[in-house]
Amino acid sequence: MSRVAQPGTILRLAVLAAALAFPFAASGYHLYQGAQVLIFAIALLGLNLLTGVNGQISLGHGAFFAIGGYGAAILTAKLGVPYLLAVPLASLVCFGAGFLFGFPALRFGGLYLALATFALAVATPQILAYKGFDFLTGGSSGVSLAKPHAPFALPLTTDQWLYCLCLLCAAVLYWAARNLVESRVGRALVALRDQPIAAEAMGVNAALYKTTCFGVSALYAGVAGALSALAVGFVSPESFGLSLSLSFLVGIVVGGLGSLGGVLFGALFIEFVPNLADQLSVTFGESAKALPGAIYGGLLILAMAVMPGGVAGALEAAMRRVSRKK
Amino acid sequence: MITRRSLLQSAAAAAAFAAGAARAETPGVTDTEIKIGQTMPYSGPASAYGVIGRTEAAYFKMINEQGGVNGRRIDFVSLDDGYSPPRTVEQARRLVEDEKVAFLFNTLGTAPNLAIRQYLNDNKVPQLFVSTGASVFSDPAHFPWTIGYNPNYQTEARIYGKHILATRPDGRIAVLFQNDGFGKEYLIGLKDALGDRAGAMIVKEASYETSEPTIDSQVVSLQGSGADILVIAATPKFAAQAIRKSYDLGWSGVRYLSNVSPSVATVLKPAGLEKSKGLITAYYGKDPTDARWKDDPGMKQWQAFCDKYLSHAEFVDANAAYAFSAAGTMLQTLKQCGADLSRDNVMKQAAGIRDLELPLLLPGMRIATSPTNFSPIRQMQLATFDGQSWQLFGELSTG
Repeated sequence: MSRVAQPGTILRLAVLAAALAFPFAASGYHLYQGAQVLIFAIALLGLNLLTGVNGQISLGHGAFFAIGGYGAAILTAKLGVPYLLAVPLASLVCFGAGFLFGFPALRFGGLYLALATFALAVATPQILAYKGFDFLTGGSSGVSLAKPHAPFALPLTTDQWLYCLCLLCAAVLYWAARNLVESRVGRALVALRDQPIAAEAMGVNAALYKTTCFGVSALYAGVAGALSALAVGFVSPESFGLSLSLSFLVGIVVGGLGSLGGVLFGALFIEFVPNLADQLSVTFGESAKALPGAIYGGLLILAMAVMPGGVAGALEAAMRRVSRKK
Repeated sequence: MITRRSLLQSAAAAAAFAAGAARAETPGVTDTEIKIGQTMPYSGPASAYGVIGRTEAAYFKMINEQGGVNGRRIDFVSLDDGYSPPRTVEQARRLVEDEKVAFLFNTLGTAPNLAIRQYLNDNKVPQLFVSTGASVFSDPAHFPWTIGYNPNYQTEARIYGKHILATRPDGRIAVLFQNDGFGKEYLIGLKDALGDRAGAMIVKEASYETSEPTIDSQVVSLQGSGADILVIAATPKFAAQAIRKSYDLGWSGVRYLSNVSPSVATVLKPAGLEKSKGLITAYYGKDPTDARWKDDPGMKQWQAFCDKYLSHAEFVDANAAYAFSAAGTMLQTLKQCGADLSRDNVMKQAAGIRDLELPLLLPGMRIATSPTNFSPIRQMQLATFDGQSWQLFGELSTG
């Protein structure tokens, strides 16, 4: 058994080594992109725990991402909290919000839950622009954050430091998610997804597990949102539109539903494919500048047709073929 | 070991970069070419504005075919940001660090421009003629590398305020405004123009959210205040509702309509042309759909440009016409720069435009900037609706 697991371990170590070497080889702009990928990966990890592992569909994770982002922005820019403290504080707020939202979510199944969370994603930008919160959120003109500099006089540029911070968070949260999924709790979450009645009959407390799962998932989105606010240096209602929530769903499906390693590929997809679509649209002539949305859709269909199980599913199938040949 | 070596390498590279910068070679400028960057929402919720980037690309293509500016051709790189600030930052960094453009021009949207303003000012990269009406981009004291373009909402509202003071000094004003940056800047401008009379003259303010299905109740309460002047600072759908409802309630006073919603086809027709009679708005550009400009030389220039490089759809699009003027302003700046295209000089020339007239601006209108004035367009002319089309009246007014 352990020999079969080895290619996966090697792959994981290779990814980690590449991720560690990256900040010393790349330019500031590429580091920013790298940080974006890691931030998306963290949010996708959270959504995958909820949707992939526990079977609760959320179209509204952009809302928790927004709470994390605004939380970090308000804490650092308005209340003077150090940013390293603001990230965990903002994500705890997200845990609370997700946990509370998990209660009404208990009453909804499948598509109904998708619609309820969809409403959350639609409402968020408008709530953020609401005049009653202007003193905190800055209304439609948003909040600007100062760029964080590396602590302890580390010889790193701001871009290198932000990337390393995101990498550290992503690695810790990946490790935590893996442990969670492989534990008793993880098996209970899977059982609740596949056989809810049998799971409850076995003594799994469905309400507690499902709401906690919602909370943990929101916490992941909150960490991602807070890191995003630090990396971008600015939050506004437009930063957290409906398309953000939808792109998260695209990310976990492209990466592979329920696969924790797959989120990296999902994150790469939602970070780079929109830019790729923009560049491809130029090749259709100047008047085709209106096309990137259509090309993005085409690429998404292509990805799903070639890899119905997501990138993780495709990799697994390839590995199985290789080991069978041996 | 590898990491330490590459750390040293990147330190050496940084030192080399600093030395290069000290020689004041401007990125994006060669003897034959100047590279200009832009972010634009070609996809996403604001993609209707994408026509601005396409029109500007066509304009620079035309300039290149005519031999470029001062012997240099323009390489215009316009990237999609989907109107999402995080992507705007990414694309702006790509333009500055990877594409090595000389500066950014007419980047679109209030939030996207706010997101990149600090970065560009930190790196001393000019952020020229931003495509938004927010007044915060005309702040040379704090952001000397960012200059606005559109006449901002405060400018326009000040013009209405002045007109009210001149024609109805004892009027009672009711204001309907959208509860966001646009609506609030409007209110600030109006109060600014009325000065110490504002408190006495504005008898009622009512705001609405864009999520509301109808704003009838706001209009009813404004009517109930006994005001005889209504100022409508609303986007098209709500403007149409307000025009119709105020007419149906028998409003007898003057109604001012913000110039984000003067379209006859999308606002006044749905509201009812009869019900729209007597509305007052302000213009700064020529409306291509208005028959009065048929034989105007500037309009003919725009027509010829569209025939050759674009299509009829762009000819009648107000956003495309706007882009034609913005690109013309950019061209003037480059011409003024002469041989010195350093970022310092580009910024200096952008803030040193004297009385520029452009084909699609109203006759007599001039674009002017100075080291303390980062709002290029400050003049507008009032127009009233006669049931068929807008009729300009009075003099050009400065807000």
